[in-house]
Amino acid sequence: MEYGLDKRSNALKTFNTTFIIIWLLIACFPFIWTFWGSFKVRADFFSRADWWYAISAFNTLLETGGQFTSKAYSEAWTEGEFWRASRNTIIVTVFVVSISLFLGTLGAYALSRSTERYAFWILIAALIFRAMPHITLVSGYLFPFFELQIWGILPTTIVVLVAINQPFTLWLLYSFFKTVPKELDESALIDGCSYFQAFRYIIMPVMWPGVITAGLFSLMLAYNDFTVTALLLNQENHTMVPKIQSYLGTNQHEGNLMWAVSAVVSATAPLFMLVMFFQRQVISGLTTGAVKG
Amino acid sequence: MPNKTFFWFFLPTGLVMILFIGLPIISTGIQSFYAQHDQVVKEVKKCDPFGCTVSIVVDQEATSILRDEKPLGKFNGFGTYVDRNHLAIEQISDFWKETETFGEFINQVTNLPFYKALLFTLTYCLFVTPNVLLLGFIIALSLNAISRKIRGPLIFGTILPMIVTPLVGSLVLFWMIDAEGIIGANLQLMMEDPYLSLKSSRTLTWITIIIYGIWHHSPFAFVVFYAALQTVPQEPVEAAIIDGASRYQRIRHIVLPHIYPVVTFVALISLMDNFRVFEPIIGFSAEGSAQSLSWLIYDNLVNEEVILFGSAAATSMMTIIGIAILLAPVLIRTWKEFRTAR
Repeated sequence: MEYGLDKRSNALKTFNTTFIIIWLLIACFPFIWTFWGSFKVRADFFSRADWWYAISAFNTLLETGGQFTSKAYSEAWTEGEFWRASRNTIIVTVFVVSISLFLGTLGAYALSRSTERYAFWILIAALIFRAMPHITLVSGYLFPFFELQIWGILPTTIVVLVAINQPFTLWLLYSFFKTVPKELDESALIDGCSYFQAFRYIIMPVMWPGVITAGLFSLMLAYNDFTVTALLLNQENHTMVPKIQSYLGTNQHEGNLMWAVSAVVSATAPLFMLVMFFQRQVISGLTTGAVKG
Repeated sequence: MPNKTFFWFFLPTGLVMILFIGLPIISTGIQSFYAQHDQVVKEVKKCDPFGCTVSIVVDQEATSILRDEKPLGKFNGFGTYVDRNHLAIEQISDFWKETETFGEFINQVTNLPFYKALLFTLTYCLFVTPNVLLLGFIIALSLNAISRKIRGPLIFGTILPMIVTPLVGSLVLFWMIDAEGIIGANLQLMMEDPYLSLKSSRTLTWITIIIYGIWHHSPFAFVVFYAALQTVPQEPVEAAIIDGASRYQRIRHIVLPHIYPVVTFVALISLMDNFRVFEPIIGFSAEGSAQSLSWLIYDNLVNEEVILFGSAAATSMMTIIGIAILLAPVLIRTWKEFRTAR
């Protein structure tokens, strides 16, 4: 809001700028610090003697002869089998995103074009499902999955993540479909299209912004999930986030905490790049539901 | 859209939601009435020249046969709900009789696992949600006053804490706050207390997790408020400036009423998310002093010996009831609006 009439005093401007700078420091510094520290040895990043070692790289120099070392990365990716975890994450993410978008667009289109009362109740039910803590759902899955012997494998987890993701995807795409004028598909119907043809050839082409936003959120959910993947996958099929947790548990005493640090950086970097690229879509996705609803 | 077409369009997503959200809730409900089998014991008579002794040992074979026959466990009714690890009805009535002051009674009750977790979860919600709303609103106002050209990168920096998964976010903070990290070590220097550490006190751990929660959730509130601020109409604001309204008065009487619906939306979403707080407890390795309802369920499910399905399910059901209580006002309001709209 840059009001022509609104003259801000200099003191207020300075205060405002200082506040933003402090907040950005709080928000970003932990990530910068972790990124910096991931190229040091453990004795520097988790220094008992002097925290300044993390900057002066005292032990890193002693142990490796250089200011920076990528030892933690190479060890975590090979010995720590982080490559396998990232491969699993890619498989899970790709499938979850494509299946959720496929199911979500169909369902949300139907909801947005229905004038019946049940459409309203379905949306409310989706809101209630959205509120369920994931761990309570997992406690419901575990026993039947053990009995059916489908526990531990990737396809089960993919379907579960798609389902958990559906309520949010439905709400998001529903509000996007609402912005597409009804006349567009009605005219197509009059011209002799079936509902599916109108959906496929008339509506979908103008829906790309909405689909990208919904896709990004499905991606973030699948990529970031810990509760479901940690409990529904066996050791070998673990994705990145449970893998990071397993480094903490098993290696803290063996001195391999640096694996977790480098794994955290490896897992976070692609996500940041993606969000930097699609920032506009992320923000529009978070706000459509709120501002219009 | 005709009902039949609607049905076919909605069938796939509806089926997935019913199978993997609806049924699991029912499955949890059923499991909560069962408890794992006791081990089958048998008496073994051992005789030696000095006489016979009877000892009791676990009959492994019979136990595993029983477990295979009835994998769900034995029927326990509401037994799991009222046992010591859940509602602990018996213990509470005992405490009521034994303790003399009310404070002491509360103290005893909040030492029981379920109430301990409930207390932490509610405290977390109570402190995080309002602060998230406040901080998010201030950041949104503040960024809104900054030149449009540099807003993009600033917004990117602001939303970083939100896009990382809670486990990673809490780990990143934990590594700084821990006694060997940059903030922890400096705090020790400043306070001149070499033993000061996150794990040393319960209060400190709780404060750290709450600060983490505010750090993690504020960007969400910011994004929504920021977008809402763009829709505030200019004319009333300008009129207010001409009438001599102060900056605070303008925010209080024009901006806030305009974005009020959004505030309730953010409050609701963040309350729902805060109620299931779980990953930060693992990230901060704070299991010792802070446990949440979700963590209790997780702990039962990763139990080494036997997975405590019944116990986890009972806690789950009570968590779901908690969510229902949180959501009830909103649902009732929506229903009323829906009825009057008709």
